[in-house]
Amino acid sequence: MTGKKELAVAALRNGTVIDHIPSDVLFKAVRILGIESLGTAVTIGNNLESGKLGKKGIIKVADVEFDQATLDRIALLAPTAVVNTIRDYNVVEKHPVTLPDTITDIVRCANPKCITNNEPMATRFHVVSREPVTIRCHYCNHTVSGDKAQLH
Amino acid sequence: MNPNSLVSIADLTKDEILDLLKTAEYFERHPNSKILDGRVAATLFFEPSTRTRLSFETAVNRLGGRVIGFSDASTSSSSKGETLHDTIKMVSNYVDIIIMRHFLEGAARYASEVTDVPVVNAGDGANQHPSQTMLDLYSIYKTQGTLYDLTITMVGDLKYGRTVHSLIMAMQYFRPKFNFVACHELAMPDEYKRFCDEKGIPYTETTDFSPEVINSSDIIYMTRVQRERFTDIMEYERVKDLYNLHNSMLDNSKDNLRILHPLPRITEISYDVDANPKAYYFDQARNGLYARQAIICRALGIKPEEMTNE
Ligand SMILES: [Zn+2]
Repeated sequence: MTGKKELAVAALRNGTVIDHIPSDVLFKAVRILGIESLGTAVTIGNNLESGKLGKKGIIKVADVEFDQATLDRIALLAPTAVVNTIRDYNVVEKHPVTLPDTITDIVRCANPKCITNNEPMATRFHVVSREPVTIRCHYCNHTVSGDKAQLH
Repeated sequence: MNPNSLVSIADLTKDEILDLLKTAEYFERHPNSKILDGRVAATLFFEPSTRTRLSFETAVNRLGGRVIGFSDASTSSSSKGETLHDTIKMVSNYVDIIIMRHFLEGAARYASEVTDVPVVNAGDGANQHPSQTMLDLYSIYKTQGTLYDLTITMVGDLKYGRTVHSLIMAMQYFRPKFNFVACHELAMPDEYKRFCDEKGIPYTETTDFSPEVINSSDIIYMTRVQRERFTDIMEYERVKDLYNLHNSMLDNSKDNLRILHPLPRITEISYDVDANPKAYYFDQARNGLYARQAIICRALGIKPEEMTNE
């Protein structure tokens, strides 16, 4: 992050910065992270200039580090996102989100005739393409792109 | 989970496919081998399909096994709100193999995951119907003497026709060439064309059911063009007769050409084709019996003893 872009949002002492989120999925990402129910300081920036993405979004959350399952969900719709862990104003860890080969019980199948929408059971999707992200239902074989996936 | 379950044709390796074809061939010569003596099969048809059910039940009976089950969800416990999970668990206590058809897609996959009894998918909605694919393969193998290097022309509804999609998957091992003949609205989905590209399988795509296509074919696989598939009824009216096969269209076709169709047909193959020796769709249906006998034996891990001595 350059100093100029840093100014767009407030500095963070401890917490998580999720950067390089495509602007069009930023608010979906906000929902996945469960930010509405957090009591800590949250800064959301959108439509910021980004060389890679054109327009990007950024989310800064004070005093929270997200678990892997949550970050897997982010990977599904924003595979470009980068997670920074901040302690005492320093980035102590920085890594891109990674999409697992199989996604269990996160995505709802869009096919109304799929068994997963008619039985009390976990869904399962296989990643069939990473760029762009495309996932296939383990049960009914319907495919959907990552940014259109309906999340539980 | 039983490793011998058959839910999708993609579950089978090339060797397993060839093995099933050999076993089907054996049963064609010995249709009444009583090798299932004392075994019980369940045919659970949550969605009625008389044709498929009779074929499976005949297969079990000719092998000397017994059948329990239901032919319609309204007579089953699922009509009382029982989950598929619980129905499968209950039936698993009684039988050696479950043959099931369901209107929900993925039902057979899920069933195979909740029981140790082998599950054979007899159709799950618009998704998979592997025994149909095996009988298609057996029909091709039998009429051509090989599965290798054949030109297969698929005609009609290539968008929703699960039989043609599964056939592409199954033929990937045998250096096929495909011709896809359909109107724009029912064209082969990109997913399957991409599959062909990845596997280096050549194909042509036309809207015209032309003499060139017909005369280059070893197999013509006809499918039904259904009105309800169209968003635009005018489009249906315009194209519905373009993909019909008449006997005169076969005048310059190859001698080894055979016409396949999963049946039932409506108008897509005219009756004057039936008498042509190249018409194979009724024999194709009979091959379903042998293919299903082979699938049932594989699922139960039983091989006809005499097969090894032949
Ligand atoms: Zn599904």
